[in-house]
Amino acid sequence: MLGGEAMGAARRGAMFGLVLTSLALPAGAEMARGDKLAGSCAACHGPEGRSPGEIPAIADIAPEEMARLLGAYRSGELEGTVMNRIARGFTDDEIAAIAAHFAALR
Amino acid sequence: MTATALTRRHLIGTALAAPFVLGRPAAAAAGARVAVVGAGFAGASCARALRRIAPEIAVTLIEPEARIVTCPFSNLVIAGMAEIDSISHGLDGLRAAGIEVIEDRAVGADPAGGAAGGTLALAGGGQVGFDRLVVAPGIDLRFDAIAGYDEAASAIMPHAWKAGAQTLILRDRLEAMPDGGTVAIAVPANPYRCPPGPYERASLIAHYLKTRKPRSKLLVIDGKDSFSKQGLFLDGWAELYGPLVEWIPVSQAGSLLGVDPAKGEIVTEFSRFVADVANIIPPQRAGALAQTLGLAGEGGWCSVDPQSFESLLVPGVHVLGDAIVAGAMPKSGFAASSQGKACAHALAALLGGQAPQAPSFINTCYSLVGPEYGISVADVFRVGGSGKIEAVEGAGGTSPRGAAPEVRRDEARYARGWYASITADIWG
Repeated sequence: MLGGEAMGAARRGAMFGLVLTSLALPAGAEMARGDKLAGSCAACHGPEGRSPGEIPAIADIAPEEMARLLGAYRSGELEGTVMNRIARGFTDDEIAAIAAHFAALR
Repeated sequence: MTATALTRRHLIGTALAAPFVLGRPAAAAAGARVAVVGAGFAGASCARALRRIAPEIAVTLIEPEARIVTCPFSNLVIAGMAEIDSISHGLDGLRAAGIEVIEDRAVGADPAGGAAGGTLALAGGGQVGFDRLVVAPGIDLRFDAIAGYDEAASAIMPHAWKAGAQTLILRDRLEAMPDGGTVAIAVPANPYRCPPGPYERASLIAHYLKTRKPRSKLLVIDGKDSFSKQGLFLDGWAELYGPLVEWIPVSQAGSLLGVDPAKGEIVTEFSRFVADVANIIPPQRAGALAQTLGLAGEGGWCSVDPQSFESLLVPGVHVLGDAIVAGAMPKSGFAASSQGKACAHALAALLGGQAPQAPSFINTCYSLVGPEYGISVADVFRVGGSGKIEAVEGAGGTSPRGAAPEVRRDEARYARGWYASITADIWG
């Protein structure tokens, strides 16, 4: 874990607008990848995104909207408390896989 | 103690008369058996995820306690802000997910290594066969590290670094202390379970003292010169508690040498403190079973493969949570749960005859500086080019300093929301 707020600001740096081309995985493998990437979302957003508490649920967000929101958190266009820091850890491709994962649960 | 950690066949304890080797080749997932030791954040997350991802794998979870009392949010119980029931979770939710839960203590195993599986021995005399073993034993406190601080001392100077009875001892001692008394928290050097935890504890004890016993004093005697979210904590303490809280870094008081519980005395290299209530958080190591099975290295922690969490010392055994060295990931409940889920994916792959795919992890540690004042540190992790788990560059970080009160209130709400969500996800 990296410590210090100053270090955090420095690390933000020039966050890339890199867009990875889609990995063209077979459908099953792509869904498994989304499952893995989205695994930790439940810790805050609840099992399958059905949050029982104060943090917003994410279970019923359309995939295009979820991808838009995560992209907006990542760019800073949308200001959150913790989501900006988390969204910057994911590429466009990974965001799409996460959104597809939650869509498939609906 | 464990001089033979490098042997693949590690016979333990007197519970097993002879090694029990199943001699089965790499099994297809159907009919495979995974035994998980520990129903805490890591073990329960792993067991639950396995049932969801690969329902053809039989999962047995071994846990000595009927209810898990979480360290996260135990600081609220200590400060009189919550009851211990609110942080206690039964195991029936795990049973409902199709996990066989055995309330017993694992005391030994013969993991034969590789794909051959083995047998776990339980204190009650039973045995559990497995193809893969997952060990998530948490930590043990090192009662050999501070002069005068043995297990008996913790009844008078609690560590409360395992939640449950110790939590209530510390709470009760605070309640019994008269106004004007001195509380001391001794914080170890890295690495230890929950880096920001002692400082959240200081925050909420300060809140208790300020509201109920305002003439009292709180000393934070640190084994370090810096700590997680330091700027944020110090800002918050100045704003909320003023001179009631004093943080003493190791360069000022020197390292902790010993304690005298009968006198409430804490002795460091350059100083001597007397406290009415002393919370001593000693150095730690991986939980006892990890030591017994030869999973822990020289420093007392377990080294593992970063993709599968398989032990680097004992093949076929996976280790999770606070017990492991996990690269840049801290020892936290969130990290443990994230690891547990990644391990489940890896186990499903391995038992299906495939290589595990690259995992992804998140950690977010919320801390309450006050009841309406929350701060956080978050990171996203991947396995880096170094072959270790690294924080993703450009992502993560801490809450901003100087943020508006609404932001602190939101993060305090989200801290509570995190607890509700993660406990529902794991034990619900």
